[in-house]
Amino acid sequence: MSSEIWSPCILRDQERCLLVMMGELSEDLRILSTCKLLQHDSQLLEAVFRTHRLSYETRGSRSKSLHDRAVINCQYSMATFSTAERKRRPHGDRKSSEMSLHLKQTFEAAVLTELYPRSQIDIYVKILQADGGNYSACVNAATLALVDAGIPMRDYVCACTAGFVEDTPLADLCHAEESGGGTSLALALLPRSGNIALLQMDARLHQDHLDALIEAAMTACKGVSKVLDGVVRQHLEEVSVLTRD
Amino acid sequence: MAVEMRLPAVHKPISLAASQSNRDDKHLVVPGDVITSDTGFMRGHGTYMDEDRLTASVAGEVERVNKLICVRPLKTRYNGEVGDVVIGRITEVQQKRWKVETNSRLDSVLLLSSVNLPGGELRRRSAQDELAMRDYLQEGDLISAEVQSIFSDGALSLHTRSLKYGKLGQGVLVLVSPSIVKRQKTHFHNLPCGASIILGNNGYVWLYPTPGHQDEEAGGYYTSMEPVSLSDREVISRLRNCLLALAAHKVLLYDTSVLYCYEASLTHQIKDILKPEIIGRARCVTSRAQLACANMAVPATTNDYKKSAESYET
Repeated sequence: MSSEIWSPCILRDQERCLLVMMGELSEDLRILSTCKLLQHDSQLLEAVFRTHRLSYETRGSRSKSLHDRAVINCQYSMATFSTAERKRRPHGDRKSSEMSLHLKQTFEAAVLTELYPRSQIDIYVKILQADGGNYSACVNAATLALVDAGIPMRDYVCACTAGFVEDTPLADLCHAEESGGGTSLALALLPRSGNIALLQMDARLHQDHLDALIEAAMTACKGVSKVLDGVVRQHLEEVSVLTRD
Repeated sequence: MAVEMRLPAVHKPISLAASQSNRDDKHLVVPGDVITSDTGFMRGHGTYMDEDRLTASVAGEVERVNKLICVRPLKTRYNGEVGDVVIGRITEVQQKRWKVETNSRLDSVLLLSSVNLPGGELRRRSAQDELAMRDYLQEGDLISAEVQSIFSDGALSLHTRSLKYGKLGQGVLVLVSPSIVKRQKTHFHNLPCGASIILGNNGYVWLYPTPGHQDEEAGGYYTSMEPVSLSDREVISRLRNCLLALAAHKVLLYDTSVLYCYEASLTHQIKDILKPEIIGRARCVTSRAQLACANMAVPATTNDYKKSAESYET
């Protein structure tokens, strides 16, 4: 069962829409949960595969397993048709491995990995349509997929980008604004405690403007967390109605 | 060959008000929700302590048993408990044990000392038994077993030390979510429609033709390879589609609910059962029948169900 929410989330002056679909989008039981997220114009399909024991056959992978914690394995990829120009991106690209590493760091802060010794949690993200804010869309989708999979987490992880345009801090930048040469700050936040999981900035920014920018990004993240919360609660209610006996 | 295609339809959200009014209000939480600030409670699964506040770590319902609070997630890998009946597939043959895949976080373990030897002997397993392991169970075989114990990292230890467990022969495996299999006294049922079913707690359900004559000597070693008749195969296919239909609507699976759904589906063709509108109809009929029998408070038989369904409709 999947629940679809169309929720206008005003992250800026113009309306941006956050469309979320969670639930069993895949018939394959090995995929524990999938989630599709449309954040302004970036769409991505996300799947959290099962947690599994690191296999002994793969060379060297046994050494990667930790005796007291789970290893989180993220893989980020972009579809060839996702950007304006059709471009084939090989796996192991520098940009995709950097993004995978960022995702891994973000989720290691949020997931309670001590409960799964010697296991591995796979998170696979594929961007179907990219229009800026790739990292934040990935983080939001992965959060939903992990919540759907029943993997214990401290809190939601919500992410959003922010930037400066003519002395005004703006949240949720699109591709044109990001690549326009201005500053772009990506923030991943655990909304309830206000703890920052990851903060990343491109280009240069004067120190005085930093606080305003972080404030804008945090407000936007809290808005995103409300939307995600609403979706999860509705999904919970639906499924609990169905499973009552 | 004509192929039927469907366009995606708008999903109608099921409102809470439509459900039965005599159900208690369940406490639903999401990760990060504070359940209670009272320090008198014990922390169970699905929760963590955040500065003296009991906080949920998964999305699900809060279950409270006296002083123990835990949160049960809606969908999760199978968490084994001692005494559960599971169905698993052998993935590896190791030195003195088999690794069995049971839809849980880690592969389960079936030790050589936990299986019956052919002929039912009771003796210490020798080196020859170790070498003969592959003759009994190979990679890819399906077995039914019971959970004996749980290792410290969460892996299950299985055993097949009863004649009803062992290698599975001809049949159909249906994969559903572990949370919709009801816990019952027995998980092996011979359905009156002409097939048998094993409802594994881990979400694996095995449908097979009812064996004619039980061979007590062989135990779990003998798997019959005789051809199965067409009528038996049709019954099993229909049951499999009914199971998938019930699983799509997250109806609790137990022998009676499967039987009701089977009866309700007899009016349709086997291949039509999986269509969404028929799934919805079958589910309504099944839940109505269940309710009617619960209200009647007598052992439910198929005749009672038909009478009550008629009275409900008039």
